[in-house]
Amino acid sequence: MNEIVATTVSRAEVEDLFYHEADLLDSWRLDEWLTLLTDDAAYYVPPNDRPDADARYTLFTIADDMVRLRERVIRLKDPNCHAEYPLSRTRRLIGNVRITGIESDVISAAANFIIHRFRHNDLLRVFVGHYRYKLKRQGGRLKIAERRAILDAEELGLLGSVSFIL
Amino acid sequence: MNYQPSSHDFVVENPEQQTFFVNREVFVSDDVLEHEKRAVFDRCWIYVGHASEIKNPGDFKTRPIAGRPIIFCRDREGEVHALINCCRHRGALVCREREGNARQFYCMYHGWTYHPDGRLKSVPGADAYGSAFDQKEMGLVAVPRLEAYRDFYFANFDRDAVDLQTYLGKAKDYIDLVIDQSPSGKMQIIAGTQEYDIRANWKLLVENSVDDYHLISTHSTWLNYMRNSGVNVTPPKGELLPTRGFGRDLGNGHLTTDNPNYRGRPVARWISVYGEDAKADIEAMRNELVGRLGSARAARVADTNRNLCIFPNLVINDGSSVTVRHFYPIAPDRMHVTAWALGPVEETEAQRARRLHAFLTFYGPGGFATPDDVAALEAAQLGFAAWREVPWSDLSRGMGKASDQQLATDEGHLRVFWRKWSEMMEARA
Ligand code: FES
Ligand SMILES: [Fe+2]
Repeated sequence: MNEIVATTVSRAEVEDLFYHEADLLDSWRLDEWLTLLTDDAAYYVPPNDRPDADARYTLFTIADDMVRLRERVIRLKDPNCHAEYPLSRTRRLIGNVRITGIESDVISAAANFIIHRFRHNDLLRVFVGHYRYKLKRQGGRLKIAERRAILDAEELGLLGSVSFIL
Repeated sequence: MNYQPSSHDFVVENPEQQTFFVNREVFVSDDVLEHEKRAVFDRCWIYVGHASEIKNPGDFKTRPIAGRPIIFCRDREGEVHALINCCRHRGALVCREREGNARQFYCMYHGWTYHPDGRLKSVPGADAYGSAFDQKEMGLVAVPRLEAYRDFYFANFDRDAVDLQTYLGKAKDYIDLVIDQSPSGKMQIIAGTQEYDIRANWKLLVENSVDDYHLISTHSTWLNYMRNSGVNVTPPKGELLPTRGFGRDLGNGHLTTDNPNYRGRPVARWISVYGEDAKADIEAMRNELVGRLGSARAARVADTNRNLCIFPNLVINDGSSVTVRHFYPIAPDRMHVTAWALGPVEETEAQRARRLHAFLTFYGPGGFATPDDVAALEAAQLGFAAWREVPWSDLSRGMGKASDQQLATDEGHLRVFWRKWSEMMEARA
């Protein structure tokens, strides 16, 4: 039987990962961003009225497996992705980073976010919420196995589409 | 009402020239919007909700319907109501939650309490009222008419309106086609609501929901995704779309597209996106359909996509998945959209997951298609700032053809909406 050794991780290491990720997303370096994820990663944005739900039984805003997430990146880089052409300018502030649990090789971590999004011909839209992450160490690197972006807004309302990566 | 019929017609049709124009003032004018609320929304059957959303006695959902705050609920005896969420005393909302299960509705202002069927239950200090005060007459006001067709509940603010079944007419057949996916004939709204605003006039979403002309230009990134996943989405030579479908006039302003499917259907047409594991399951569902409905009807259910618009503001898209969405104007240049997924009650966990996955690939604010529709509608609305200089939208595609020859990429079915809208706007009460 394989002996599973509990991973150790520091908050500083998790913060570095989150800040780096935020920078890649804000600068639309999406291919590089994909390398932060494990090959079986998942990306979720739950519906505003069921923030704790399971995507197998609940209609989410986004519930991507890695296959669809790679396709989402292909789409976002295409000038025919009209919702993101010209690209939004986003700026995310990540805070309150915490390690919330370690179970065998899975590190759970959480953070708060504020994302300001500016677009040509559009309103300023402010996305506020928190992240729940599952991280795994692979080849010495901390990688994202699951990221869940949970919005605080009661409904999307004037936030409109979630066409960029939250 | 200060609305005056315009010196020009908003909808101008010329069969000889084969032209059909809509004046863009209808997308920007406050007066038009105010008149629409009375002449259209207050005279039509407006979708309220689905029985499955309030399954148990006491269940309720609050939502705006035709601009009014409504409690859609089931009373202790199981009866469904659409109550106006406005206290008879001095007007406060008596229920301020989005959803729940209630033994009573308690108005937090002065404490009047109502039963889930709307009857007034108690009034603190009732002895201060005179003899004219009759507690039995002071229940929550129900919408003037509430009727259902196969679990879809609609309200009408016009007491004299025709009954719902007559109103729906031929659209009922298309609702039936959606429901035939379920072995028991029971569909349910799946948990999880997509609620978002579009900064565009509500009528643009009616057009967009059924307009297949925009697919290639607006949704090329979705088509790429399908292609990358092994689905054949290349239109045959001389065609705009992978399959040739039609736009249908269902009477009373209702309309639908009716297209041979190429993009897969959870019930029951396999595509590579679902994965090899799903093949046998889809096959079994297909056999169930054939056994229950016969092969012709089964093919109708499983091999066609239909984007159905129930006039004026309910759209049921039975495509890659089933979506039920309705919308209401907040301003001439802004609408509020609410959308749900609908599925057969007996779906297994794997089938449900497949349906939801297919939904999210195309539909909704995080899908691969809907955000681009929203972008298109908002781009149109921005253009309408020049409605005085560039006044006419052109909906003439297919004008020369017979009504049963109108393709889904023509605009014959869009004209069905506009003719009904125009007729209602011009009707004098
Ligand atoms: S307004 Fe409801 S009790 Fe007074
Ligand atoms: Fe579209």
